[in-house]
Amino acid sequence: MENTSTLERTLRLIALTLVVVFFMFPIFWIFLMSFQTNETILAIPPSIVFTPTLSNYAALITGKLTTAAGSLDIAFMRNLGNSIFLSVTSVALALVLGVPAAYAFARHKFKGSEDIAFTLLSFRFAPPLLVLLPLTQYFQWLGLSDTYFGLIWVYQLICLPLILWIVRGYFEDISADVEYAYRIAGHTWFATFRKIALPLAGPGIAAAGLLAFIFAWNNFVFALVLASADKQPVTVGALAFVTSSGIQYGQIASAIVLSVAPTLALALYAQRYLVEGLSLGAVKG
Amino acid sequence: MASTATLRKPASGFRISRKMLPYVLSLPALLVCIGILIPFITAVIYSFQRYRLSQPWARQFNWGENYLNFFTDPAFWNTLKVSLLYAGLTVTLELLLGLGIALLLQRRSTVNNFISIMLLLPLMIAPALAALMWKLMTNPSFGILSYLASQIGLHDFRWASSPSTALLTVVLVDIWVYTPFIMILLLAGLRSLPTQPFEAAALDGVPRTFVFFRITLPMLTPYILTATLFRLLDSIQQFDIIYAMTQGGPGNTLTVFQVEAYLNFFQSTNVGRSAALMVILWAITYFLSNVFIKNWLRLRERARGEA
Repeated sequence: MENTSTLERTLRLIALTLVVVFFMFPIFWIFLMSFQTNETILAIPPSIVFTPTLSNYAALITGKLTTAAGSLDIAFMRNLGNSIFLSVTSVALALVLGVPAAYAFARHKFKGSEDIAFTLLSFRFAPPLLVLLPLTQYFQWLGLSDTYFGLIWVYQLICLPLILWIVRGYFEDISADVEYAYRIAGHTWFATFRKIALPLAGPGIAAAGLLAFIFAWNNFVFALVLASADKQPVTVGALAFVTSSGIQYGQIASAIVLSVAPTLALALYAQRYLVEGLSLGAVKG
Repeated sequence: MASTATLRKPASGFRISRKMLPYVLSLPALLVCIGILIPFITAVIYSFQRYRLSQPWARQFNWGENYLNFFTDPAFWNTLKVSLLYAGLTVTLELLLGLGIALLLQRRSTVNNFISIMLLLPLMIAPALAALMWKLMTNPSFGILSYLASQIGLHDFRWASSPSTALLTVVLVDIWVYTPFIMILLLAGLRSLPTQPFEAAALDGVPRTFVFFRITLPMLTPYILTATLFRLLDSIQQFDIIYAMTQGGPGNTLTVFQVEAYLNFFQSTNVGRSAALMVILWAITYFLSNVFIKNWLRLRERARGEA
């Protein structure tokens, strides 16, 4: 493919530019909007030349919006806190539950192991509202509705299959011989798991955890159905924010920026593992 | 390996036999998920009941009536049509676009690698928030896309708020979010293909269209299938983008399965119909996921084999 013509190279360049513009422009534009006041946002024609202001972020962070019409409370920081808390605890729980299970599935072909693993995987593909709607009633009876505990439990439906299948792949890639050698030297099963298997699969476990975090953070429907305003993460909160803040478009934009920044940063950090994680271990990046 | 050896848990006399160990290890994960199977069964039971939250006293089994009613229910056919149209359009367009981009970025170079990382970003944004971003950009009074549309003569182009363009708009958002998914899977696939067939073809002076259709495409097929089925499974269940953008509107233009079930449950409080819709969607996804898992396993084995 070295003998490509100038025409072809030009066409490629144009195509790539269009692709980059299409996928990057919305992020760039919303980022700009977040530093604008309503006046500059509403100006026609739109301009990328304006005096940037931090007032949108200031209003979100202090939780107080002062307008001519009076003062308004913004609960956005609460949503952001909920997102952090829900995602971190869900992933931590999923790691505690999922890593030993992944190890069991990778090292022991026991009776029903494939069935169990696939049942867990199938949760990834079932329509969430199928279980969520009856679950609202069960949660009411159990006193779990609108609790962090209930939400974290349901979040396992996203985090567990992901962690289980990715980490299982990593354990399968590590030769079991080192572990056997360590066992023969007289160490217990648990010591072998902790001192040999876990460190070797460490990078994979970390990558799976990061991905699970991104998916938990981005989830929308679980919290929409099961959480009330003060437990909602940013995905649901930002949407409610649109109606409550009325016409403060700059703040909506800065709320979006604050909401997507953590996942974007993690994705860039862990991009090496994304291909493998997103395909649940089917494709190596 | 001494398979009959028993294990001693440190600091306690509690013994776990070697046979029991894997069960003990996987049981907690399983228990957490088993709780989910109960509401699943409940949903199936509801789907065979006449059950409205507004009339709890009239709740009774009506067996297949919820399902039978669908045959004469235009709203159901609309749901089925919109869902299939949405899934078909998004997956086809994303596949073509994703394949095109993957081919453009196939050669490993600093620029290509940088672009492929950049393109991942939309995929990492929550779909509900992506919809919100596009909502701001298509706002009639200040949205940049509304402005651009008016500049090319499309005055009063109303994007998601007009029934004629609502589907187009949400499909566009879906393409923006999920094309990178197909792109990175196919790019990984392309880069993992063996080089010999291509070198041989180049030596023989085989035309490049022939190489693409007879070598590249057939070798890439398992990746294309996996990516397509993966997306199809998600797309037929799309909720976040559509709900965040239009809540199924305007009117019932975008009431795909999950949106319709949500509205049935919370707005018209018709639990029976909502559950029946979800069971039908589950049947569709169950079928698709079985096909998917077969493909996915084959690809996974290949990836493990190469590792």
